[in-house]
Amino acid sequence: MRRAIRAEWAKAWSDPATPWLLAALVVLTMAVSGVTIGTARCPAAACGQDPARLGLAGVYLGQAVATLAGVLALGGEYATGMIHVTLTAIPRRRLLVAKALVLAGPVLVASALALGAAMLAGTIVLPGHGFTAGHGYDLAGWATARAWCCATVYLTLVAVLGLGVAAVVRDSAVAIGVVLGLLYLFPIAAMAIGDQAVARRLDQIGPMSAGLDSQTTIDLHGLPLAPWAGLGVVALWAAGVIAAGGVLLWLRDA
Amino acid sequence: MIWAEWVKFRSVRGWVVAVVVAAIAIVGFAIGGGTQGSCYGNSCTQLTGPGGEAVSDSFYFVHQALAGNGAITVRVTSLTSAVRSRRGGTQRVVVPWAKAGIIFKAGLAGGSAYAAIMVTGSRGVRMQDDFTGDIAGPAMQAGWLRLVRSSGSVITGYTSADGTRWTRVGAVILPGLPTTVQGGLFTTSPQWTQTSLGVAAITGDASQSTAVFDHAALTWRGGAWTGTDVGGSSGPAAGPATGYTRTGGQFTVTGSGDIGPVTYGPSGIGTTPAQTLAGAFIALIILAVTGAMFITAEYRRGLIRITLAACPRRGRVLAAKAVVTGLVAFAVALAGTVVAVPLGQRVLRSHGVYLPPLTVLTEGRMIVGTAAALALCAVLAVAIGTVARRGAAAVAAAIALIAVPYVLTVSIPVLPLGAADWLMRVTPAAAFAVEQTVVQYPQVDDVYAPAYGYFPLAPWAGFAVLCAWTAVFLTLAAVALNRRDA
Repeated sequence: MRRAIRAEWAKAWSDPATPWLLAALVVLTMAVSGVTIGTARCPAAACGQDPARLGLAGVYLGQAVATLAGVLALGGEYATGMIHVTLTAIPRRRLLVAKALVLAGPVLVASALALGAAMLAGTIVLPGHGFTAGHGYDLAGWATARAWCCATVYLTLVAVLGLGVAAVVRDSAVAIGVVLGLLYLFPIAAMAIGDQAVARRLDQIGPMSAGLDSQTTIDLHGLPLAPWAGLGVVALWAAGVIAAGGVLLWLRDA
Repeated sequence: MIWAEWVKFRSVRGWVVAVVVAAIAIVGFAIGGGTQGSCYGNSCTQLTGPGGEAVSDSFYFVHQALAGNGAITVRVTSLTSAVRSRRGGTQRVVVPWAKAGIIFKAGLAGGSAYAAIMVTGSRGVRMQDDFTGDIAGPAMQAGWLRLVRSSGSVITGYTSADGTRWTRVGAVILPGLPTTVQGGLFTTSPQWTQTSLGVAAITGDASQSTAVFDHAALTWRGGAWTGTDVGGSSGPAAGPATGYTRTGGQFTVTGSGDIGPVTYGPSGIGTTPAQTLAGAFIALIILAVTGAMFITAEYRRGLIRITLAACPRRGRVLAAKAVVTGLVAFAVALAGTVVAVPLGQRVLRSHGVYLPPLTVLTEGRMIVGTAAALALCAVLAVAIGTVARRGAAAVAAAIALIAVPYVLTVSIPVLPLGAADWLMRVTPAAAFAVEQTVVQYPQVDDVYAPAYGYFPLAPWAGFAVLCAWTAVFLTLAAVALNRRDA
């Protein structure tokens, strides 16, 4: 297993796209978070805005880059035919696990950096925009740290989800479309559906809405899912798709 | 050339299935929407003001009949607002457009002509007339107000902090005003909302405001005051109990509702017809992916070398691909929108959701404009694909540039309003301003977000933004295609 990981690591970092993707993840995430923090205002008490979600708004775009990183980690090999060589060298059952580990590490670090910087900026800037203790906000609490932690893991899981979908569909472009459709479809369908119970159920099972529940720090009792349960749903999606990808990799020719 | 590209497109089954799914998605979201409203039968007939626009006209009015010219002077000592709180009971809030002051109104019928001077919750002193007129005065929360009728149809508003030095706020002419009008004191208080996380989560309720007036003075010989709840509870924002009490020279007037043009969305009523095109985001993602792959698939398979050998004038290859993509996307999207817009409106109305009536031209602009915007987005994706050459990079760039701004501002509105408006001005998604059917009124507090059909740009200005993006990328693509080896 260690050799498989080392091989995948060398392959990932010899691709010139890898540092660019990680840089794009950091820059785009921080840019969206920065704009959101800069434009948010809380003029009165109980203005209903979640300062952690504002600081983490970059996740909405960052997840697209994380998806791309995950999909390209495998999809690129199918595009060039490299996959034949890889499968000759590494046993099939280990390939996806090794790839997932090699992918998750750098994405986790990049996400933690980008979101940490964004949230730090939030704790400095937001009190000046009305998010003060007087208005019922505690920006430096345990909940904020939990939101940061969950958002970082969420981005990593989205990248792993992208890897799994790439293993299932074997084409980068299709995989990106499928993952982004999967992420955005559930919340939009939930909003379009009038039946509150069905909409809530959709919010519970959709990877994006469940993942965002885990980044919330206010009005927790009104959420469709408890924060850690929300992250659990995303983890189940990622694990399920990786498992499906692994089985298909086992059954099919490359 | 175009025929060859069409055959290429047609022969990939995945692409054909994808664009058909795009059309089905547009229709599916329009007829499958479950938004519920409360406007059935007569409750759907909306009042119209003197200018013909839909208006709300509900407020508490302490009035008497006043014939000919004259003036009313009064001091507003306080204006406070409250909403029902989530825990029961009421919660004091600042309702920016709570209004209390003096009004001259042609009659008690809803939608009749009027002119008024008022203090507001946080918008200072205002002089308003006939629902859409609005003149800003000094920023005072309380103080003296005077409304003067002269020459029959000229009404002038004044304000003062101390009752001795007066400032003229503005004058309006109401040509058709009858000799005898209903004049007096009024209080009203619109729907109060707060948004969280962009506009994705909105909480709010009807509000209720109470104003205390004293030193009321009329130049007419004073008659008896009557209290009337104009508009009753029929207004969209009316809710809590209203009324007035008088102790000596002090009037306490409590009102709820609004006097002003109707807006749509969370603080207004019903929704805008843009709601019928909620499925456009799926079509957008599908067409962006298909458009980008239409060219990158050739690079992946090496087919591009054969294509360029068959047609050495490379600009023509790009043009043919763009034309085929644009026509296919337009035809498919049009098939979706032409069903979705009329049918979606019928479905919403049958669910009791109020929609503004549309002219044939506006409806046509929504249908054709949205289809054209989707088609141009697909062409833009072809251009991006030609520049990027690699399928994954092209699809990611096309989605990030075209679909993500649209999804984040219209479909899942999580960005703060400022950021959302900014995105809808500069990104290709600006083109969806062709779905604009309603007017924003600065004097009515509402969430004027793209998600509710309020776009920051005029329809054709927004469309021009997309045209500019497409033109720039097609030029880049043509240059890249000519310069590079295949």
